[in-house]
Amino acid sequence: MSTPVRADLPPPNRMLGGRSVYRVVWQLHTDVLVGYCWCGTPHESVDPIELWDWLLAHPDTHSGTETDPAETTEEP
Amino acid sequence: MPSWPRNQWYVAAYSSEVSEGLLARTICGEPLVLYRTQDGEAVALADRCVHRRYPLSESHLKDDQIICGYHGFTYDRTGACVAAPGQKRIPRAARVPSFTVHEQDSFVWVWIGDQDRADTTQIPRAPWLASPDYTVVRGMEPLKARYSLLVDNLMDLSHETYLHGGYIGTPEVAETPITTEVDEEANVVYVSRHMDDAECPPFYAKSTGIEGRISRWQDVEYHPPCLYLLHSRIAPVGSVPPDEGPDKDAFHVEVVYAITPSTEHETYDFWMVARDFALDDADVTEFLATNNHTVVMQDVVALDLLETVVEGEKDNYQELSINIDTGGLAARRILKKLTDASEEVTA
Repeated sequence: MSTPVRADLPPPNRMLGGRSVYRVVWQLHTDVLVGYCWCGTPHESVDPIELWDWLLAHPDTHSGTETDPAETTEEP
Repeated sequence: MPSWPRNQWYVAAYSSEVSEGLLARTICGEPLVLYRTQDGEAVALADRCVHRRYPLSESHLKDDQIICGYHGFTYDRTGACVAAPGQKRIPRAARVPSFTVHEQDSFVWVWIGDQDRADTTQIPRAPWLASPDYTVVRGMEPLKARYSLLVDNLMDLSHETYLHGGYIGTPEVAETPITTEVDEEANVVYVSRHMDDAECPPFYAKSTGIEGRISRWQDVEYHPPCLYLLHSRIAPVGSVPPDEGPDKDAFHVEVVYAITPSTEHETYDFWMVARDFALDDADVTEFLATNNHTVVMQDVVALDLLETVVEGEKDNYQELSINIDTGGLAARRILKKLTDASEEVTA
């Protein structure tokens, strides 16, 4: 993703505190949804079904050596 | 295979409904009879006499025992038959199933699935409903619609603008983007819609006394399958909660739904509105009770209609989903995951 997302207005920052929290932010003034896997990796889509498919499949790509998701900061 | 997860807690009734007498409720396809013993314990038994299936809910309660209204088979609170007409020996099979219940936050929760898996620590909380710091209005409407339609309805509040215009809906609800989160381990869906400068709908203008435009936050927290919480914050434009301490400038309304499948085409829609202001104002209580009932009935009419449409449609009808459905899609997926898991355990 190239441009930072400015979708949370006012910022509902992390609402759920679990380890495996997926987040989808509707980018303001657009039709774009930005999803974040709990590892922090983002993905843009204009189709919520496609986006959920991508997010739910993403943990399969995680390696065993990544950062603890709790330490990942993906807030824009 | 049922469309709901069996191994989950469901609200069977408000505690206040289980008092004197026998209450019939069909929960997840199981006809139940509920009652309260003289020492205050809530009981849920299968609502069928083991003899000739007569509904125990249409029978007689005496000394904490149900005496079947047809032939007099008598059951204790555990479901064991303790008397049968003319018999000295009670047949060993004379027992009706008993279901685990737990009372919490003004609800009677029931576990319909495998009884040895009932864990009361897994019941989600709604503490406002039994707190002296809140005043609560509540009701229950039976839907002639499948429970998933009510889940869809509540997970996408943009429908307020169109179905509930003039009550709780204003243009900003449908126009404001949402943020959605899913806790994959805890199975919780959170949908947040924060409107910074919004029209104040009559529901809140008349109950809070706020004049002019408002900051209106809607934070939905859904604990599938049964408990839905809408944390609603209403404040003057520009007001945000302090980092610490009480949020004194705002009015807080906790809207709670318990979504309990009855049959594949019927649902119990338990609704509650808890507020932290005007606690003793009877006019506000009456206004919120009447208005929220009106809003709920608007949903009931729409969902009952939708059920007839869904039942009559062709297989594999393709819906269209857009951004407003992000939370609803997440809820559907978690419900499917829980349902599949319940069936694997039971199989």
